[in-house]
Amino acid sequence: MHQPSQREVRVVDIAEANKEALRRLVSATPKLVGMGKAIDVVPGMKKNMLLHSGPPVTWDRMCGPMKGGVIAALIYEGMAHAKEEAETLAASGQIEFSPCHHHQAVGPMAGIVSPSMPVYIVENAAFGNTSYATMNEGLGKVLRMGAYSPDVIERLKWMEEVLYPTLDRAIRFLDGMDMKSIMAQALHMGDELHNRNRGATSLFYRAIAPAIVRTTSDPLVIERVLRFIDGNDHTFLNLAMATAKASLDPARSIEGSTMVVCMARNGTDFGIQVSGLGDEWFTAPAEVPPNALYFAGFTKEDANPDIGDSSIMETAGLGGFAIGAAPAIVQFTGGTPRDALNRTLSMYEITIGENTAYQVPYLNFRGTPTGIDIRLVVEKGLLPFIDTGIAHKDPGVGQVGAGLVDAPMGVFKKAIIAFSKMYA
Amino acid sequence: MKTIDLFTSELKVINVGLTSFKESLEQEGVKVVQVDWRPPAGGDEEAMEALRRLMGK
Repeated sequence: MHQPSQREVRVVDIAEANKEALRRLVSATPKLVGMGKAIDVVPGMKKNMLLHSGPPVTWDRMCGPMKGGVIAALIYEGMAHAKEEAETLAASGQIEFSPCHHHQAVGPMAGIVSPSMPVYIVENAAFGNTSYATMNEGLGKVLRMGAYSPDVIERLKWMEEVLYPTLDRAIRFLDGMDMKSIMAQALHMGDELHNRNRGATSLFYRAIAPAIVRTTSDPLVIERVLRFIDGNDHTFLNLAMATAKASLDPARSIEGSTMVVCMARNGTDFGIQVSGLGDEWFTAPAEVPPNALYFAGFTKEDANPDIGDSSIMETAGLGGFAIGAAPAIVQFTGGTPRDALNRTLSMYEITIGENTAYQVPYLNFRGTPTGIDIRLVVEKGLLPFIDTGIAHKDPGVGQVGAGLVDAPMGVFKKAIIAFSKMYA
Repeated sequence: MKTIDLFTSELKVINVGLTSFKESLEQEGVKVVQVDWRPPAGGDEEAMEALRRLMGK
């Protein structure tokens, strides 16, 4: 860690720096412009590289579902034929592991991105930056939850060979899609854009369906693609994440800003990055969500600790921060719509401002609480609240539920101590 | 209010912090309003010192 000497300590106006960080975040203009293969479009991607969620982690420290995702990706890429061969290769040092966030990308749960995987491309024209995310596979037994069985690989291949070119043609035919508009409307339709994306997925479907029909000739392909989008309420989650990432990245590296620009988990560690502290990660052990709903046959004993880049949604003032807008998933918050609103209200205590585009209808269309200030988190002992999917702790099983988790206080304490050493 | 009045009138309490005080009073039938408060930085001295230097800037 960089330890500045006394002479290097800088005097700054934190309030002004945070105002600028928030301005950049809320004035983003994220647009889905097309898709591409990760190896062709993701900066720094290599043929022997796998991206993963959260802060950096080595193979030996990876949790079960992330190892499962790595196994799936190596089989999918044809670099291994079975679990044992994939594990040997992953441990050999020939595969380079790197966080999605180091490549302008984000991935839900295990967050594995391999070279052949197609990714969405979201451009933030207001600031000239771009972000990337893979397509959502659906719920249950999927790679991002650590599953690697033949049906999982077969689905990924179909997504690469059929779904990707179909969507890409349609997106480009539409000359791109305004993500901010879809997300703003979705919040008025009961989404918080992390665990509920039904409204946003429906809006995406309405916008893209005519373009798919126009640009694809095979009616059976059209039918299967439209059914796939329609059959997965989380189709939009990955787009929402890429949008949040594209919106937050311009707020990075503002001297003197205490705003959090990234919260991400790899299933072993929970990490944050803070605008005024460059690209340094502050980490603490990831925790099993204490309050959760489990699928039939699963309990807390099966749950892996918190995992995934999807907490980029809360970092951008959505997800758990906007759960007051999502009464349909109030069971996660332990009861009533009032409980969900109280969760959202409490997040205003630790944020710099509000997002004028993203609103909570039940708070008289108040903007969502946006821009986590590490000082407020530490001062109030009030932690960012994340609603999240839960993977099984073992590789190969998949999703077992969804629930609520607080970011660990340790990461904010470490960050504020580092900040006070760098700035007066 | 004179101090003596405390012992002759109904007790109404605002409790700050630990909820066990609130619960004990409620068991005695006393009306209590709870203020959700915790020490800054959870009482961690190094983080509190960092916070002291950075707040209000």
